[in-house]
Amino acid sequence: MSIPTENKQTENIGKANKRKYFLESVSSKLFMICALLSVITLVLIIGFVFYKGSHPFVVGGYSFIDFLFGTDWVPSEDKFGIFPMIIASIYATIGALIIGVPIGLFTAIFLAEIASTRVAKIISPAIQLLAGIPSVLYGVFGLAIIVPFLQNTFGLAKGQSLIAVILVLAIMMLPTIVTVAETAIRAVPQSYREGSLALGVSHIGTIFRVIVPAAKSGIMTAVVLGLGRAIGETMAVILVAGNSLIVPTSLTDSIRPLTTNIALEMGYAAGTHQEMLFATGIVLFSFILILNFVLAKISAKGGN
Amino acid sequence: MSIIKKVKNSFLLVVCVAVLSACTNTENEDTQATSGDGYTLAISGSTSVGPLAEKLAYQYAEHSDTKIEINQIGSSAGITNAINGVSEIGMASRDLKEEEKASGLTDLVIAYDGIVVVTHPSNKVKDLTMEQVKQIFTGEITNWKEVGGDDMEIVVVSREDGSGSRDAFQEIVDYSSGELVKSAIIASGNGNIKTTVANNKHAVGFISFEYIDESISTIDINGAEATAENVLAQEYKLSRPFLFVYKEEALSEAGQDFIDYILSEEGQQIAAEAGAIPVK
Repeated sequence: MSIPTENKQTENIGKANKRKYFLESVSSKLFMICALLSVITLVLIIGFVFYKGSHPFVVGGYSFIDFLFGTDWVPSEDKFGIFPMIIASIYATIGALIIGVPIGLFTAIFLAEIASTRVAKIISPAIQLLAGIPSVLYGVFGLAIIVPFLQNTFGLAKGQSLIAVILVLAIMMLPTIVTVAETAIRAVPQSYREGSLALGVSHIGTIFRVIVPAAKSGIMTAVVLGLGRAIGETMAVILVAGNSLIVPTSLTDSIRPLTTNIALEMGYAAGTHQEMLFATGIVLFSFILILNFVLAKISAKGGN
Repeated sequence: MSIIKKVKNSFLLVVCVAVLSACTNTENEDTQATSGDGYTLAISGSTSVGPLAEKLAYQYAEHSDTKIEINQIGSSAGITNAINGVSEIGMASRDLKEEEKASGLTDLVIAYDGIVVVTHPSNKVKDLTMEQVKQIFTGEITNWKEVGGDDMEIVVVSREDGSGSRDAFQEIVDYSSGELVKSAIIASGNGNIKTTVANNKHAVGFISFEYIDESISTIDINGAEATAENVLAQEYKLSRPFLFVYKEEALSEAGQDFIDYILSEEGQQIAAEAGAIPVK
């Protein structure tokens, strides 16, 4: 009698094992499908944008150089030049960096090194909440507060301007910069601080001479991520930029960055006009790719 | 076990959704097919009148089994089609030219399209000529004092290229997209233009009639106030007729019935909801 029961037991164990292995293989496949899904989506998006965007240049006989450096964008008259928008995107992003990076970096230093735990516990979530606000609300805020403020304070004819875009973008990139930079600063080994303080260097001296240089690659990552956020932002910018088709020469000029050109006109665009908007997307995409490449370089360096 | 179940369930769900959507698709096709049993009425022409005609035809389908085919190919092409008999009815968003009238076409206004130039309520300028409007939007006039207002810069606000309102405005005022002053603020949508103008005392923009309210001040054109009555009386020039053109002798019973429907209370109500100015 004992032998059959043993057999039955092993049989049961075997069944349980089979079930377990089946579960294992199903779940691992499921996870792989999920992972592939994002890759496939990426490939589809890139493929679609490049297919649509390259069409006018490959088939339609338009010159890509004229597209990049043309200063006239009049779709109804078959003129497609995005030079003013490229310049606008670059100016707006650089401007936002000039304002956003110091504020973000100082906030990160304050949170990681100076603030007491209690204060940090209030400020940190507040900054993270800032990241969760839908971007269109930043735009509405900019349109309702920043634009009239600029108009009234500086007596401008219109507040929709490069400087309004810069201010909105600087606020929007803060959470990214602060969070990433704070993590980088906190990751600097305690011994660095102790060593510096033991040598008689002041607290602030330690921060700027020892900790910030040690966290350099993390801080650079923060800056590049913030940059990515600024250059890709659309909904907030569309409301405060003015969307004029001029190459900006002053902070008070209305601008139209690459992103808003796409969002603004896609609704009514058809044919070549629509394809040219996809081509604008290619240019924007190239900017993002370059940024990601820089980011990869920085993190590789940080790893060493 | 639970994972397998979940996977199974989600598969089932996906299948169900797929089947359901397939069902609804075929249903739609079926209804379209049955409505095509009757006479086919061919209409072609203006891309501005087209969307309104589509809406009217959609509602009209409930009353009749006449199938209506609408091709949006532009006013001139639509008028030519009506003359040649390619389409029974042509749509136009401009008045007929002399030679077009000479070919025996009947034109019928089904609605009007009105656009109003708006400024900040504090702006003293309340009246402009069509020529002044053109000069402002093309950048020849850049200061309000040149048209009788305060000494301050004019900020032009326009819709985006490709917008129907912008096309209509430029067509009536007679300037091209390339001539629009480069520094113009471009806002997407009537509401956006209104907000921009309402918050900037330098600004001037244009919106459809139905968006008029107290937050902005409207400009009279050539002395005529922007009201539906003035449009109907053809006093207010910043408007254009939505025309149906056809040859009386070639108009079928079905065509006449559709036109009667458009001019009925219900049809005019639809036109008003679509943003046009009803003729009745």
